[in-house]
Amino acid sequence: MGEKNRFGIIARLRSQLSKAREGFAAKVRSLLRRGKIDEGIFEELEAALIQADMGVNTTSELVEKMRNRAKDDKLTDAEQLYSVLEEELISLLSRPAGVEPKPVQPVGPRVTLMIGVNGVGKTTTIGKLANMHRQDEKKVLIAAADTFRAAAIEQLEIWANRSSADLVKHKSGADPAAVAYDALAAAIARKCDYLIIDTAGRLHTKTNLMEELKKIKRVLGKLDPTAPHEILMVLDATTGQNALSQARLFTEALGITGIVLTKLDGTAKGGIVVAIQQEFGIPVKYIGVGESLDDLKPFHPDEFVKALFED
Amino acid sequence: MFEALSEKLQKTFRNLRGLGKLSDKNMKDGLRDVRMALLEADVSYKVVKDFIAHVQEKALGREVLESITPGQQIVKIVHDELVQLMGGVAEPLGFSSEPPTVIMLIGLQGSGKTTTAAKLARNLRARGHHPLLVAADVYRPAAVRQLQILAEQLEMPSFTIEGSRDPVGICKEAIQHARRSARDVAILDTAGRLHINDELIEELQLIRDALKPKETLLVADAMTGQDAVTVAESFHTRVGVTGVILTKLDGDARGGAALSIRSVTGKPIKFVGIGEKLDAFDAFHPDRIASRILGMGDVLSLVEKAQGTIDEKRAAELQEKLLKAQFTLEDFREQLQQLKKMGPLDEVLAMIPGMSKLKGLEPQEKDVVKVEAIINSMTNKERQSPHIIEGSRKKRIARGSGTSVADVNRLLKQFQQMQKMMKQVRRLGWLRGLGGGLNLQP
Ligand SMILES: Nc1nc2c(ncn2[C@@H]2O[C@H](COP(=O)(O)OP(=O)(O)O)[C@@H](O)[C@H]2O)c(=O)[nH]1
Ligand SMILES: [Mg+2]
Repeated sequence: MGEKNRFGIIARLRSQLSKAREGFAAKVRSLLRRGKIDEGIFEELEAALIQADMGVNTTSELVEKMRNRAKDDKLTDAEQLYSVLEEELISLLSRPAGVEPKPVQPVGPRVTLMIGVNGVGKTTTIGKLANMHRQDEKKVLIAAADTFRAAAIEQLEIWANRSSADLVKHKSGADPAAVAYDALAAAIARKCDYLIIDTAGRLHTKTNLMEELKKIKRVLGKLDPTAPHEILMVLDATTGQNALSQARLFTEALGITGIVLTKLDGTAKGGIVVAIQQEFGIPVKYIGVGESLDDLKPFHPDEFVKALFED
Repeated sequence: MFEALSEKLQKTFRNLRGLGKLSDKNMKDGLRDVRMALLEADVSYKVVKDFIAHVQEKALGREVLESITPGQQIVKIVHDELVQLMGGVAEPLGFSSEPPTVIMLIGLQGSGKTTTAAKLARNLRARGHHPLLVAADVYRPAAVRQLQILAEQLEMPSFTIEGSRDPVGICKEAIQHARRSARDVAILDTAGRLHINDELIEELQLIRDALKPKETLLVADAMTGQDAVTVAESFHTRVGVTGVILTKLDGDARGGAALSIRSVTGKPIKFVGIGEKLDAFDAFHPDRIASRILGMGDVLSLVEKAQGTIDEKRAAELQEKLLKAQFTLEDFREQLQQLKKMGPLDEVLAMIPGMSKLKGLEPQEKDVVKVEAIINSMTNKERQSPHIIEGSRKKRIARGSGTSVADVNRLLKQFQQMQKMMKQVRRLGWLRGLGGGLNLQP
């Protein structure tokens, strides 16, 4: 299937995406618009939120809040409850980052380190992100610091070509920190605007692999004490409660400045980002909605929430 | 986490010991805890609902056993039902009477199909087969190359048609190639795709109809959340699944998706992926995943073993002492002896929740022997009040036990630390106490 053909699919996917959301939205709305507020409504609300992967704790808190609001504001009409919930979610997701990206004067390029567990979409997201910056006529360098997975470098090379970004690579099996260091040196020398570093997928529970990431971060600091300026954890929207553990351990090891939520073109709701935002104050920065170059979008809390509840 | 569930249940049922029968009323809170645990493990909301109703029905009217608490009993019933739901025993792969046996791997993007294809090939070769790896993911950049490299690492043949954009054609040709080169299994690595992408699902149907795979295995990520039911259901109804491979179980995901997928497809989980290396692949064990979903290690076998070997009354006394920090070296020795009765130490320890986190720190059998020898060489008084053991006593004990003063020092220090730890362990019940108490190594 060629690139051209693919766009046809993407268009269809998009309509399917909104169809899936319609399903969820319709469910929530039909139950919320049923008229009077009663106990059954809160139960069904709980079901809907848990099924969106928001998790038991966040769901209970939200439902509890809704209960109180209903009582305090003397809400009687179930539809009012729907706007209150939407408001609540948007305000939660709009909270500023607990760890703001450093507001500094970088020595050279703005450096983004892309991390996450295996297969979430790091490499693909880098291709898309590079493309986004290239559309703004920025000079972008990509570093192939996933030297572990078979053919990872080749995969990234293809994305670099697609987005017409430069690539710095070593041989497969090389020290990822050395790749990152060389790439930053090159990006400074070439006066690039952005450096995006790909890393091998790793489970957050593997301490030795987390040390490897810390080392990458350390060596970047040797060339630019303010780097990396952004550490993005890529998260697959189909992920359940384990995403909390990912957020916790990657934060402990490195500090995360934001999340990229990928694969939102499927049927998964990605509701776990609500729990992550609530617990760790880590905001979502971008969403991935497909496998093509232009399938990365900035995250807008209102759109995200509306997409959950609206057609 | 188990600690949480078990603790919760202990608390919930604290006042229930020996209360006669399990009833709707006295089970209510406990079942709520179980429900929360399952949801936290990502088991689908609907599956949890059905499951809890089922367990309630099963448990209703059962006598609360004198020997265990109602909390433990509910956990046991829940666990047994989970194991049964998961299929009871591990199910093997099927093979065609006429080779090559075709095994097709399907699943979402990023679920781990390519790595799994290589792992499966390695596994089959070890069992005397001659697999051919077929690279049919023509979409993801460098996916074909990835499989080729893995095949090279395994020194195993792979097949693709360079530059082809036609997965169906590649697969058909691959079967011819397998026949010609006497490969008895063909493993098809297909591109990751969304279950709602009609065009790509049709492609799988074409491959299925052309090759008639003996096994169509859904590769699913253990970290999948509530969407697991939707995904599994779509792939199953549209392509037809014969089994499941659960990947990335080496992390800390509780793996509730396993239960969801099993419930909606009715198909067995056949293998699990437990690491990035090609040998990190294992047959699926329903009982292990059940414990994992409940977050409890293999604590139930431990409970069973303990019930068989440890005198209940004595165990209760020991626990009491542990909690009050009156636990002496004498008690410690006795605990060691009882543990030894339960089986090989490493096996017993593997079942204790939390021990898995202490990889590499587990006490070895030989350390235990040493510890016992040292305690045996002490006088009664020394065992009761270890603080009186000074220089000359240490020398005597070391001589008597065939160890060194350093060994004796180490034990005393550890015992001290253990007593400190007991204070923290207080909340966690005696099983965990056992695990903590045994952390003997320096
Ligand atoms: N449908 C969909 N697939 C995606 C998205 N992002 C990445 N993928 C796919 O997910 C798979 C794994 O992506 P990859 O970038 O290799 O993940 P990495 O291991 O984290 O680098 C690939 O097949 C990608 O095409 C997305 O937003 N939507
Ligand atoms: Mg990658």
